[in-house]
Amino acid sequence: MGHKTEEQLLQIDYAPPKRDWTDPSVDFEARKGTWSYPGKAKNLQYMGFPNPRDWSPTDADWQLPEGWEKIIHDGFKERLEKYRSLKVFMDICVRCGACADKCHFYIGSGDPKNMPVLRAELLRSIYRQDFTTTGKLLGALGGSRKLTPEVLKEWFYYFFQCTECRRCSVFCPYGIDTAEITMLARELLNLVGLNINWVMEPVANCHRTGNHLGIEPHTFKDNIDFLMDELADITGVRCEPSINRKGAEILFVIPSADYFADPGIYTFMGYMLLFKYLDLDITLSAYASEGGNFGLFTSHDTIKKLNYKVYHEAKRLGVKWLIGGECGHMWRVLHQYMNTMNGPVDFLEVPKSPITGTVFDNARSAKIIHICEFTADLIKNGKLKLDPSRNDHRRVTFHDSCNPARAMGLFEEPRYVLKAACNHFFEMPENTIREQTFCCAGGAGLGNDENMEMRLRGGLPRGSAVRYVRDKHGVNTLSCVCAIDRATLSGLCEYWAPEVGVSGVHELLGNALVMPGENERPTDLRGTPIAAREGADHA
Amino acid sequence: MPTFTHGSVSIAVDEDGFMETPEVWNQDVAAALATTEGVTDLGDEHWKLVNYLRNYYLQYGVAPMIRKLCKETGFDLKKVYELFPSGPAKGACKVAGLPKPTGCV
Repeated sequence: MGHKTEEQLLQIDYAPPKRDWTDPSVDFEARKGTWSYPGKAKNLQYMGFPNPRDWSPTDADWQLPEGWEKIIHDGFKERLEKYRSLKVFMDICVRCGACADKCHFYIGSGDPKNMPVLRAELLRSIYRQDFTTTGKLLGALGGSRKLTPEVLKEWFYYFFQCTECRRCSVFCPYGIDTAEITMLARELLNLVGLNINWVMEPVANCHRTGNHLGIEPHTFKDNIDFLMDELADITGVRCEPSINRKGAEILFVIPSADYFADPGIYTFMGYMLLFKYLDLDITLSAYASEGGNFGLFTSHDTIKKLNYKVYHEAKRLGVKWLIGGECGHMWRVLHQYMNTMNGPVDFLEVPKSPITGTVFDNARSAKIIHICEFTADLIKNGKLKLDPSRNDHRRVTFHDSCNPARAMGLFEEPRYVLKAACNHFFEMPENTIREQTFCCAGGAGLGNDENMEMRLRGGLPRGSAVRYVRDKHGVNTLSCVCAIDRATLSGLCEYWAPEVGVSGVHELLGNALVMPGENERPTDLRGTPIAAREGADHA
Repeated sequence: MPTFTHGSVSIAVDEDGFMETPEVWNQDVAAALATTEGVTDLGDEHWKLVNYLRNYYLQYGVAPMIRKLCKETGFDLKKVYELFPSGPAKGACKVAGLPKPTGCV
């Protein structure tokens, strides 16, 4: 796929197109680079999903199953009855437009159907036609549309152009959760076999092996052994994490990219140094080997199915509570859904730090805390010896990952850790961080290469904010707490803010943590030489 | 499903040219797939990398960590890109008949 130049991507036409919004047609051929490949038949078959087949969005005939109209209608009806929120979100919007310019995909594309209000309207127009009296009577005059194959194609295009980041919801005076609208739209699309492979393959892999990458237990162990050998070479400290250890106090759940891909592996090293430092009674699991839950981008049943491994593994191992790693989407699931979907989580205890005695009352129901909460508490209580000058070659800013920020309110703890571990920390502009954070534009299964133009378009606001602190403060490190971020922000920065690298928070903590018995450490965990201490810049 | 044909080789591939059925891989397939990388002649170093990936995949079921690949082959990342211009995942792994890694990567 030929990437567009920055100048081409920046030519964004915000003038609405001449044709009426009710026209659903999408030219997939002309829009290559802004959509994702469809789910492969083998993955749908593995999950028992309907209508497995080989197809492409550029095909004229998408091979919908027989009776697709009724399948969608009945599926919609069932969900309106089941989820009161969906019905409210369909009815309550007054089209005030507060959300319109808050979406990174709208900002980067100028396509009005990426305004959250209009994206939702693509679904609402069918809702009106099928489920409201006025909609039935007034028809097109009342904003109704008839469901056609073209409408389904349009849904596929635009509901897989939403990363479920919920930035728009922050600005909605009614609190409409647009991510839930996208989730439900995707659920309907799945009923007729319309989904994308970057979601379906991780889902199928996760169901089979417990993680997105399809890493089996022997590979899990081998990867971790290799990383611990590397870590011993770098630091002189041998960490020996336990795997599947029954009776451990804590189960640690992380995204699989942390033990597979750069730069997540350095965050993994940071976690392991911390646990070794504390001699913490904690275990990994080769079964609950994924924090991320791509069920969130598929259907509620799939969320539930994939999250069971975390719930069951906690029970099987007999741990007391859980720590979750630097993973984005897992937090919406664990924080907001696990208790009602898989739970109640009544066999675990309220998390209590064995080091500081702090009881995490905020996790009283879910019994899982974020590792940044755990580490910030350690630092606050003076339990860690840190040498932040070992990060002096890093000038750091923090990207709030959408779900930890907006789904669980994790704003202060990562910053507290970063400021203790680094001497040079700078914030991006306030309308781009904390609850107003801009998405990496690769979440919700959209972080694949074939969708690169849309990712870079959606990455414009985040990229601009990074470039701003790069130019103003010499920032060279974008820190974050999500594996999708670590993967997609690297490409985003390469394009919009060159010379800025991406790292996890616990990678930087691992650099700074002074381990008992360590070697002299002239480099950081990546092997990059640490800047000369004496001449360190104190900007 | 697209079919990739080169000489006597004809295999099913995905949209990005990765093998749909990695089990049917052999050296002729590798040589054919290498042409999509602009590599018309697989030398000893190419084969060292491809064979390493293939054997790793047969034992572990996925691609190796890039850091591990570099350490065990003795090739740094720059060298890997010299051998296969699309890099370790999209170039070398494709030629070695490995599936594309998916998820948060």
